[in-house]
Amino acid sequence: MAPICLTWELTYACNLDCVHCLSSSGRRDPRELSTAEAIALVDELRELGVFYVNIGGGEPMIRRDFFTIIEHATTNGVGVKFSTNGTFIDEAAAKRIASMDYLDVQISIDGLDPDTNDAVRGAGTHETAIRAARRLADAGMRDFKLSIVVTRHNVDQLDGLLALADSLGAQLRVTRLRPSGRGAQSWDELHPTDDQQRVIHRWLLDHGDRVLTGDSFFHLNALGESLPGLNMCGAGRVVCLVDPVGDVYACPFVIHEQFRAGNTRDHGGFTTVWRESSLFAELREPGSAGACASCGAYDVCRGGCMAAKFFTGLPLDGPDPECVGGEGERALAEAGPRPVSDVDHSRRPRPITPVPVALVTK
Amino acid sequence: MRRLLTARPETITSAGTIVERTALRLDPDVALRPEPFGALAYHYGTRRLVFLKHPDVVRVVEGLDGSTPTTEVLESCGIPTDRRAAVERALDALVRSGIITEVAA
Repeated sequence: MAPICLTWELTYACNLDCVHCLSSSGRRDPRELSTAEAIALVDELRELGVFYVNIGGGEPMIRRDFFTIIEHATTNGVGVKFSTNGTFIDEAAAKRIASMDYLDVQISIDGLDPDTNDAVRGAGTHETAIRAARRLADAGMRDFKLSIVVTRHNVDQLDGLLALADSLGAQLRVTRLRPSGRGAQSWDELHPTDDQQRVIHRWLLDHGDRVLTGDSFFHLNALGESLPGLNMCGAGRVVCLVDPVGDVYACPFVIHEQFRAGNTRDHGGFTTVWRESSLFAELREPGSAGACASCGAYDVCRGGCMAAKFFTGLPLDGPDPECVGGEGERALAEAGPRPVSDVDHSRRPRPITPVPVALVTK
Repeated sequence: MRRLLTARPETITSAGTIVERTALRLDPDVALRPEPFGALAYHYGTRRLVFLKHPDVVRVVEGLDGSTPTTEVLESCGIPTDRRAAVERALDALVRSGIITEVAA
Protein backbone atom coordinates (compact mmCIF):
# COMPACT_ATOMS: atom_id res chain seq x y z
CA MET A 1 0.00 0.00 0.00
CA ALA A 2 1.27 3.44 -0.94
CA PRO A 3 -0.02 6.98 -1.19
CA ILE A 4 -1.52 8.04 -4.51
CA CYS A 5 -0.78 11.70 -4.10
CA LEU A 6 2.31 12.62 -2.15
CA THR A 7 3.45 16.16 -1.53
CA TRP A 8 7.07 16.74 -0.70
CA GLU A 9 8.19 20.14 0.49
CA LEU A 10 11.89 20.26 -0.40
CA THR A 11 12.86 23.23 1.71
CA TYR A 12 11.43 25.77 4.14
CA ALA A 13 13.62 28.40 2.51
CA CYS A 14 11.71 30.93 0.46
CA ASN A 15 12.51 34.32 -0.97
CA LEU A 16 8.88 35.37 -0.54
CA ASP A 17 6.68 35.82 2.50
CA CYS A 18 3.15 35.09 1.26
CA VAL A 19 0.48 35.84 3.83
CA HIS A 20 -1.27 32.49 3.24
CA CYS A 21 1.82 30.25 3.10
CA LEU A 22 0.64 26.77 4.14
CA SER A 23 4.04 25.83 5.52
CA SER A 24 5.01 29.15 7.16
CA SER A 25 8.17 29.09 5.07
CA GLY A 26 10.99 31.59 4.97
CA ARG A 27 14.18 30.32 6.57
CA ARG A 28 15.86 27.08 5.63
CA ASP A 29 15.86 24.47 8.39
CA PRO A 30 19.37 23.16 9.16
CA ARG A 31 17.94 19.64 9.54
CA GLU A 32 16.63 19.48 5.96
CA LEU A 33 17.21 16.23 4.05
CA SER A 34 20.59 16.03 2.33
CA THR A 35 20.89 15.31 -1.37
CA ALA A 36 21.70 11.67 -0.62
CA GLU A 37 18.68 11.37 1.68
CA ALA A 38 16.44 12.99 -0.92
CA ILE A 39 17.67 10.61 -3.63
CA ALA A 40 17.13 7.65 -1.30
CA LEU A 41 13.59 8.84 -0.61
CA VAL A 42 12.86 9.01 -4.34
CA ASP A 43 14.10 5.44 -4.68
CA GLU A 44 11.90 4.35 -1.81
CA LEU A 45 8.87 6.02 -3.38
CA ARG A 46 9.60 4.28 -6.66
CA GLU A 47 9.76 0.92 -4.89
CA LEU A 48 6.39 1.69 -3.29
CA GLY A 49 4.82 2.39 -6.66
CA VAL A 50 4.27 6.11 -6.12
CA PHE A 51 3.63 7.41 -9.64
CA TYR A 52 4.42 11.04 -9.04
CA VAL A 53 5.24 13.55 -6.34
CA ASN A 54 4.08 17.10 -5.90
CA ILE A 55 7.16 19.06 -4.97
CA GLY A 56 6.87 22.36 -3.18
CA GLY A 57 8.38 24.29 -0.32
CA GLY A 58 9.26 26.96 0.52
CA GLU A 59 10.61 27.72 -2.89
CA PRO A 60 12.00 24.35 -4.06
CA MET A 61 14.23 25.86 -6.75
CA ILE A 62 16.29 27.53 -4.01
CA ARG A 63 17.90 24.17 -3.30
CA ARG A 64 21.14 23.83 -5.24
CA ASP A 65 20.40 20.15 -5.82
CA PHE A 66 16.88 20.87 -7.10
CA PHE A 67 17.53 19.62 -10.63
CA THR A 68 19.58 16.68 -9.35
CA ILE A 69 16.64 15.50 -7.28
CA ILE A 70 13.92 16.01 -9.88
CA GLU A 71 16.01 14.54 -12.67
CA HIS A 72 16.65 11.48 -10.53
CA ALA A 73 12.92 11.15 -9.96
CA THR A 74 11.72 11.65 -13.52
CA THR A 75 14.31 9.30 -14.98
CA ASN A 76 13.37 6.62 -12.48
CA GLY A 77 9.64 6.44 -13.02
CA VAL A 78 8.57 8.95 -10.40
CA GLY A 79 6.90 11.85 -12.19
CA VAL A 80 7.31 15.32 -10.71
CA LYS A 81 4.97 18.26 -10.50
CA PHE A 82 6.56 21.18 -8.75
CA SER A 83 5.22 24.47 -7.49
CA THR A 84 7.31 27.58 -7.77
CA ASN A 85 6.97 31.32 -7.48
CA GLY A 86 9.00 31.59 -10.67
CA THR A 87 11.84 33.72 -9.33
CA PHE A 88 14.52 31.23 -10.38
CA ILE A 89 13.15 30.37 -13.81
CA ASP A 90 15.64 32.17 -15.99
CA GLU A 91 15.99 31.29 -19.66
CA ALA A 92 18.40 28.43 -18.98
CA ALA A 93 16.16 26.91 -16.30
CA ALA A 94 13.12 27.28 -18.57
CA LYS A 95 14.91 25.40 -21.35
CA ARG A 96 16.04 22.69 -18.98
CA ILE A 97 12.52 22.26 -17.57
CA ALA A 98 10.94 22.22 -21.02
CA SER A 99 13.33 19.51 -22.17
CA MET A 100 12.45 17.08 -19.37
CA ASP A 101 9.88 14.32 -19.62
CA TYR A 102 7.38 13.57 -16.87
CA LEU A 103 7.77 17.01 -15.40
CA ASP A 104 4.99 19.48 -14.68
CA VAL A 105 5.38 23.00 -13.35
CA GLN A 106 2.95 25.10 -11.41
CA ILE A 107 3.57 28.80 -11.17
CA SER A 108 1.77 30.41 -8.28
CA ILE A 109 -0.11 33.62 -8.95
CA ASP A 110 -2.97 34.90 -6.86
CA GLY A 111 -4.48 37.67 -8.91
CA LEU A 112 -4.96 38.86 -12.46
CA ASP A 113 -3.35 42.21 -11.76
CA PRO A 114 -0.30 43.15 -9.66
CA ASP A 115 -2.38 44.87 -6.98
CA THR A 116 -4.50 41.82 -6.19
CA ASN A 117 -1.60 39.39 -6.41
CA ASP A 118 1.08 41.42 -4.70
CA ALA A 119 -1.13 42.17 -1.70
CA VAL A 120 -0.94 38.46 -0.88
CA ARG A 121 2.39 37.35 -2.31
CA GLY A 122 4.53 40.48 -2.00
CA ALA A 123 5.68 43.42 -4.14
CA GLY A 124 6.80 42.54 -7.65
CA THR A 125 5.67 38.90 -7.49
CA HIS A 126 3.02 39.26 -10.20
CA GLU A 127 5.61 40.47 -12.66
CA THR A 128 7.98 37.68 -11.60
CA ALA A 129 5.34 35.00 -12.11
CA ILE A 130 4.29 36.30 -15.53
CA ARG A 131 7.91 36.58 -16.65
CA ALA A 132 8.57 32.98 -15.58
CA ALA A 133 5.45 31.77 -17.38
CA ARG A 134 6.49 33.58 -20.57
CA ARG A 135 9.96 32.04 -20.37
CA LEU A 136 8.48 28.57 -20.05
CA ALA A 137 6.15 29.22 -22.97
CA ASP A 138 9.02 30.60 -25.06
CA ALA A 139 11.11 27.53 -24.22
CA GLY A 140 8.36 25.36 -25.65
CA MET A 141 6.93 24.10 -22.36
CA ARG A 142 3.31 23.22 -22.91
CA ASP A 143 0.50 22.78 -20.42
CA PHE A 144 2.36 24.10 -17.44
CA LYS A 145 0.00 25.31 -14.75
CA LEU A 146 -0.89 28.70 -13.40
CA SER A 147 -1.92 27.94 -9.84
CA ILE A 148 -4.33 30.25 -8.08
CA VAL A 149 -5.48 30.20 -4.49
CA VAL A 150 -9.03 31.54 -4.55
CA THR A 151 -9.54 34.46 -2.20
CA ARG A 152 -12.20 37.05 -1.60
CA HIS A 153 -10.26 39.40 -3.87
CA ASN A 154 -9.75 37.23 -6.94
CA VAL A 155 -13.01 35.30 -7.24
CA ASP A 156 -14.27 37.76 -9.84
CA GLN A 157 -11.03 37.38 -11.80
CA LEU A 158 -11.44 33.68 -12.55
CA ASP A 159 -12.53 34.27 -16.15
CA GLY A 160 -9.62 36.62 -16.69
CA LEU A 161 -7.17 34.18 -15.12
CA LEU A 162 -8.44 31.41 -17.37
CA ALA A 163 -7.93 33.66 -20.39
CA LEU A 164 -4.44 34.51 -19.13
CA ALA A 165 -3.60 30.82 -18.83
CA ASP A 166 -4.95 30.21 -22.34
CA SER A 167 -2.86 33.03 -23.74
CA LEU A 168 0.28 31.45 -22.27
CA GLY A 169 -0.57 27.93 -23.44
CA ALA A 170 -0.93 27.02 -19.78
CA GLN A 171 -3.60 25.27 -17.78
CA LEU A 172 -5.39 26.97 -14.90
CA ARG A 173 -5.37 25.35 -11.48
CA VAL A 174 -7.47 26.82 -8.71
CA THR A 175 -7.29 25.68 -5.12
CA ARG A 176 -8.95 26.46 -1.87
CA LEU A 177 -7.51 28.92 0.63
CA ARG A 178 -6.79 27.14 3.88
CA PRO A 179 -6.21 28.52 7.37
CA SER A 180 -2.93 26.59 7.63
CA GLY A 181 0.54 27.96 8.27
CA ARG A 182 0.51 31.75 7.93
CA GLY A 183 -2.94 31.27 6.43
CA ALA A 184 -4.14 31.04 10.02
CA GLN A 185 -3.56 34.77 10.35
CA SER A 186 -4.96 35.81 6.98
CA TRP A 187 -7.86 33.40 6.49
CA ASP A 188 -10.50 35.52 8.20
CA GLU A 189 -9.90 38.42 5.83
CA LEU A 190 -9.15 36.44 2.69
CA HIS A 191 -11.51 33.48 2.57
CA PRO A 192 -14.37 33.81 0.08
CA THR A 193 -17.72 35.03 1.34
CA ASP A 194 -20.80 32.85 1.34
CA ASP A 195 -22.06 34.41 -1.90
CA GLN A 196 -18.64 33.95 -3.47
CA GLN A 197 -18.68 30.25 -2.56
CA ARG A 198 -21.74 29.92 -4.78
CA VAL A 199 -19.98 31.76 -7.57
CA ILE A 200 -16.96 29.44 -7.26
CA HIS A 201 -19.17 26.34 -7.31
CA ARG A 202 -21.01 27.49 -10.44
CA TRP A 203 -17.79 28.54 -12.12
CA LEU A 204 -16.12 25.19 -11.43
CA LEU A 205 -19.15 23.33 -12.75
CA ASP A 206 -19.02 25.43 -15.92
CA HIS A 207 -15.25 25.16 -16.42
CA GLY A 208 -14.30 21.98 -14.53
CA ASP A 209 -13.31 20.12 -17.67
CA ARG A 210 -10.55 22.65 -18.37
CA VAL A 211 -9.50 23.61 -14.88
CA LEU A 212 -7.60 21.61 -12.26
CA THR A 213 -8.60 21.92 -8.62
CA GLY A 214 -6.61 19.32 -6.70
CA ASP A 215 -10.12 18.15 -5.71
CA SER A 216 -10.03 20.84 -3.05
CA PHE A 217 -13.58 22.22 -3.28
CA PHE A 218 -15.67 19.20 -2.35
CA HIS A 219 -17.22 21.12 0.56
CA LEU A 220 -19.12 23.04 -2.16
CA ASN A 221 -20.87 19.88 -3.32
CA ALA A 222 -23.48 20.58 -0.66
CA LEU A 223 -24.76 23.33 -2.97
CA GLY A 224 -26.16 20.67 -5.30
CA GLU A 225 -24.31 19.29 -8.26
CA SER A 226 -21.08 17.51 -7.31
CA LEU A 227 -17.77 18.65 -8.73
CA PRO A 228 -15.53 16.15 -10.48
CA GLY A 229 -12.86 14.48 -8.35
CA LEU A 230 -12.20 12.33 -5.34
CA ASN A 231 -14.74 14.25 -3.26
CA MET A 232 -13.49 13.20 0.13
CA CYS A 233 -10.63 13.98 2.45
CA GLY A 234 -7.69 11.81 1.44
CA ALA A 235 -5.49 12.67 4.43
CA GLY A 236 -3.47 9.64 5.51
CA ARG A 237 -5.53 7.46 3.16
CA VAL A 238 -4.32 8.43 -0.29
CA VAL A 239 -2.50 11.67 0.49
CA CYS A 240 0.35 12.70 2.74
CA LEU A 241 3.07 15.28 3.11
CA VAL A 242 6.79 14.86 3.62
CA ASP A 243 8.26 18.09 4.94
CA PRO A 244 11.83 19.33 4.36
CA VAL A 245 13.18 17.69 7.53
CA GLY A 246 11.52 14.36 6.68
CA ASP A 247 8.53 14.69 8.97
CA VAL A 248 5.48 12.94 7.52
CA TYR A 249 2.12 14.65 7.97
CA ALA A 250 -1.37 13.49 7.02
CA CYS A 251 -1.76 16.11 4.30
CA PRO A 252 -0.08 19.28 2.99
CA PHE A 253 -2.40 21.45 5.08
CA VAL A 254 -1.78 20.05 8.55
CA ILE A 255 1.78 20.85 9.52
CA HIS A 256 1.12 20.49 13.24
CA GLU A 257 2.41 17.94 15.75
CA GLN A 258 -1.06 16.42 16.13
CA PHE A 259 -0.93 15.22 12.50
CA ARG A 260 2.72 14.17 12.44
CA ALA A 261 2.90 10.45 11.71
CA GLY A 262 6.68 9.94 11.85
CA ASN A 263 9.87 10.83 10.04
CA THR A 264 11.53 9.42 6.93
CA ARG A 265 14.74 9.08 8.99
CA ASP A 266 13.00 6.74 11.44
CA HIS A 267 13.82 3.04 11.30
CA GLY A 268 11.96 1.57 8.31
CA GLY A 269 11.80 4.93 6.59
CA PHE A 270 8.79 6.45 4.90
CA THR A 271 7.34 3.04 4.06
CA THR A 272 6.99 2.08 7.70
CA VAL A 273 5.52 5.44 8.62
CA TRP A 274 2.93 5.14 5.85
CA ARG A 275 2.02 1.57 6.69
CA GLU A 276 2.26 1.46 10.45
CA SER A 277 1.63 4.91 11.87
CA SER A 278 -1.15 4.82 14.44
CA LEU A 279 -2.30 8.27 13.28
CA PHE A 280 -2.78 7.03 9.71
CA ALA A 281 -4.51 3.88 10.96
CA GLU A 282 -6.94 6.12 12.81
CA LEU A 283 -7.53 8.35 9.76
CA ARG A 284 -8.22 5.26 7.65
CA GLU A 285 -11.09 4.19 9.89
CA PRO A 286 -14.48 5.16 8.51
CA GLY A 287 -15.09 8.70 9.79
CA SER A 288 -17.95 9.69 12.00
CA ALA A 289 -20.35 12.30 10.63
CA GLY A 290 -20.61 13.74 14.14
CA ALA A 291 -22.55 16.97 14.22
CA CYS A 292 -23.20 16.65 10.48
CA ALA A 293 -24.94 13.27 10.73
CA SER A 294 -28.41 14.75 10.44
CA CYS A 295 -27.51 16.95 7.45
CA GLY A 296 -28.73 15.71 4.07
CA ALA A 297 -25.63 17.04 2.32
CA TYR A 298 -23.10 15.00 4.31
CA ASP A 299 -22.96 12.29 1.66
CA VAL A 300 -21.59 14.74 -0.88
CA CYS A 301 -19.53 17.17 1.22
CA ARG A 302 -18.22 14.56 3.71
CA GLY A 303 -17.91 17.26 6.34
CA GLY A 304 -15.38 19.23 4.30
CA CYS A 305 -11.69 19.76 5.04
CA MET A 306 -10.07 18.39 8.18
CA ALA A 307 -7.32 21.02 8.14
CA ALA A 308 -9.76 23.90 7.72
CA LYS A 309 -11.68 22.69 10.75
CA PHE A 310 -8.62 22.03 12.85
CA PHE A 311 -6.94 25.39 12.34
CA THR A 312 -10.14 27.35 12.93
CA GLY A 313 -10.66 25.62 16.28
CA LEU A 314 -13.58 23.47 15.13
CA PRO A 315 -14.12 19.81 16.06
CA LEU A 316 -13.00 17.41 13.33
CA ASP A 317 -16.36 15.65 13.23
CA GLY A 318 -18.27 18.90 12.82
CA PRO A 319 -18.97 21.20 9.88
CA ASP A 320 -16.33 22.82 7.71
CA PRO A 321 -15.79 26.51 8.62
CA GLU A 322 -16.99 27.34 5.11
CA CYS A 323 -20.00 25.00 5.25
CA VAL A 324 -22.36 26.32 2.58
CA GLY A 325 -25.32 25.36 4.72
CA GLY A 326 -24.36 28.10 7.19
CA GLU A 327 -23.30 25.62 9.88
CA GLY A 328 -19.68 26.75 9.64
CA GLU A 329 -20.48 30.28 10.68
CA ARG A 330 -22.53 29.05 13.59
CA ALA A 331 -19.76 26.70 14.65
CA LEU A 332 -17.09 29.40 14.33
CA ALA A 333 -19.04 31.58 16.73
CA GLU A 334 -18.57 28.89 19.38
CA ALA A 335 -15.15 27.64 18.27
CA GLY A 336 -12.41 26.83 20.73
CA PRO A 337 -8.95 28.38 20.63
CA ARG A 338 -7.19 28.05 17.30
CA PRO A 339 -4.26 25.61 17.42
CA VAL A 340 -0.89 27.15 16.65
CA SER A 341 1.68 25.02 14.82
CA ASP A 342 5.00 24.31 16.49
CA VAL A 343 6.61 24.56 13.04
CA ASP A 344 7.23 28.08 11.77
CA HIS A 345 10.09 29.13 9.54
CA SER A 346 8.81 32.60 8.81
CA ARG A 347 11.65 35.09 8.53
CA ARG A 348 9.73 37.41 10.77
CA PRO A 349 7.97 35.05 13.16
CA ARG A 350 4.50 36.32 13.93
CA PRO A 351 3.68 36.88 17.57
CA ILE A 352 1.55 33.96 18.68
CA THR A 353 0.17 35.82 21.66
CA PRO A 354 -1.71 39.09 21.29
CA VAL A 355 0.47 42.16 21.65
CA PRO A 356 -0.39 43.96 24.88
CA VAL A 357 -2.74 46.84 24.22
CA ALA A 358 -0.47 49.31 26.01
CA LEU A 359 2.28 48.75 23.47
CA VAL A 360 -0.04 49.21 20.52
CA THR A 361 -1.63 52.42 21.66
CA LYS A 362 1.51 54.08 22.93
CA MET B 1 -20.40 3.89 -27.31
CA ARG B 2 -23.50 4.42 -25.27
CA ARG B 3 -25.09 1.51 -27.16
CA LEU B 4 -22.87 -0.90 -25.33
CA LEU B 5 -24.82 -0.28 -22.18
CA THR B 6 -27.92 -1.89 -23.59
CA ALA B 7 -26.54 -3.99 -26.40
CA ARG B 8 -27.52 -7.62 -26.44
CA PRO B 9 -24.67 -10.09 -26.76
CA GLU B 10 -25.21 -10.75 -30.47
CA THR B 11 -25.01 -7.04 -31.33
CA ILE B 12 -21.88 -6.29 -29.32
CA THR B 13 -19.63 -7.35 -32.18
CA SER B 14 -20.91 -4.54 -34.42
CA ALA B 15 -18.18 -2.48 -36.03
CA GLY B 16 -16.03 -0.42 -33.71
CA THR B 17 -16.85 -2.13 -30.44
CA ILE B 18 -14.07 -2.99 -28.12
CA VAL B 19 -13.98 -6.72 -28.75
CA GLU B 20 -13.40 -6.09 -32.45
CA ARG B 21 -10.21 -4.22 -31.79
CA THR B 22 -7.88 -7.11 -31.88
CA ALA B 23 -4.67 -5.33 -31.17
CA LEU B 24 -5.15 -3.65 -27.83
CA ARG B 25 -2.48 -3.30 -25.23
CA LEU B 26 -1.63 -1.31 -22.15
CA ASP B 27 -0.08 1.94 -23.35
CA PRO B 28 3.71 1.74 -22.90
CA ASP B 29 3.55 4.96 -20.86
CA VAL B 30 1.17 3.43 -18.31
CA ALA B 31 2.05 1.80 -15.01
CA LEU B 32 -0.36 -0.39 -13.08
CA ARG B 33 -0.32 -0.60 -9.31
CA PRO B 34 -2.32 -3.33 -7.55
CA GLU B 35 -4.84 -2.05 -5.00
CA PRO B 36 -7.39 -3.80 -2.78
CA PHE B 37 -10.23 -2.66 -5.08
CA GLY B 38 -8.45 -3.57 -8.33
CA ALA B 39 -5.65 -1.35 -9.54
CA LEU B 40 -4.52 2.16 -10.23
CA ALA B 41 -3.32 3.02 -13.69
CA TYR B 42 -1.13 6.05 -14.19
CA HIS B 43 -0.29 7.45 -17.60
CA TYR B 44 3.07 9.19 -17.39
CA GLY B 45 2.46 11.04 -20.64
CA THR B 46 -0.92 12.57 -19.92
CA ARG B 47 -0.61 12.42 -16.09
CA ARG B 48 -3.99 10.75 -15.97
CA LEU B 49 -4.71 8.60 -12.96
CA VAL B 50 -7.43 6.05 -13.55
CA PHE B 51 -9.04 3.62 -11.14
CA LEU B 52 -9.61 0.06 -12.33
CA LYS B 53 -12.36 -0.73 -9.92
CA HIS B 54 -12.68 -4.48 -10.36
CA PRO B 55 -10.13 -7.30 -10.37
CA ASP B 56 -11.79 -8.67 -13.55
CA VAL B 57 -10.82 -5.53 -15.44
CA VAL B 58 -7.28 -5.71 -14.12
CA ARG B 59 -6.91 -9.32 -15.26
CA VAL B 60 -8.15 -8.48 -18.74
CA VAL B 61 -5.96 -5.38 -19.05
CA GLU B 62 -2.93 -7.41 -18.01
CA GLY B 63 -3.89 -10.04 -20.58
CA LEU B 64 -3.96 -7.60 -23.51
CA ASP B 65 -0.77 -8.14 -25.48
CA GLY B 66 -1.37 -6.17 -28.65
CA SER B 67 -2.12 -9.24 -30.75
CA THR B 68 -4.60 -11.61 -29.08
CA PRO B 69 -8.20 -10.77 -30.03
CA THR B 70 -10.01 -9.12 -27.13
CA THR B 71 -12.73 -11.79 -27.18
CA GLU B 72 -10.10 -14.43 -26.59
CA VAL B 73 -8.57 -12.43 -23.76
CA LEU B 74 -11.98 -12.21 -22.09
CA GLU B 75 -12.33 -15.95 -22.62
CA SER B 76 -8.94 -16.83 -21.21
CA CYS B 77 -9.49 -14.59 -18.21
CA GLY B 78 -12.63 -16.52 -17.45
CA ILE B 79 -14.92 -13.49 -17.43
CA PRO B 80 -18.45 -14.84 -16.90
CA THR B 81 -20.97 -13.98 -19.62
CA ASP B 82 -23.03 -11.75 -17.36
CA ARG B 83 -19.93 -9.66 -16.51
CA ARG B 84 -18.80 -9.18 -20.10
CA ALA B 85 -20.80 -6.04 -20.82
CA ALA B 86 -19.44 -4.34 -17.71
CA VAL B 87 -15.86 -5.31 -18.50
CA GLU B 88 -16.24 -4.18 -22.11
CA ARG B 89 -17.58 -0.85 -20.93
CA ALA B 90 -14.59 -0.47 -18.65
CA LEU B 91 -12.21 -1.31 -21.51
CA ASP B 92 -13.98 1.19 -23.68
CA ALA B 93 -13.46 3.91 -21.08
CA LEU B 94 -9.80 2.92 -20.76
CA VAL B 95 -9.33 3.30 -24.50
CA ARG B 96 -10.91 6.74 -24.38
CA SER B 97 -8.62 7.80 -21.55
CA GLY B 98 -5.57 6.47 -23.38
CA ILE B 99 -4.69 3.86 -20.76
CA ILE B 100 -5.03 1.10 -23.33
CA THR B 101 -4.29 1.75 -26.95
CA GLU B 102 -4.65 0.08 -30.29
CA VAL B 103 -1.45 -1.08 -31.91
CA ALA B 104 -1.25 0.12 -35.50
CA ALA B 105 -1.58 -2.80 -37.89
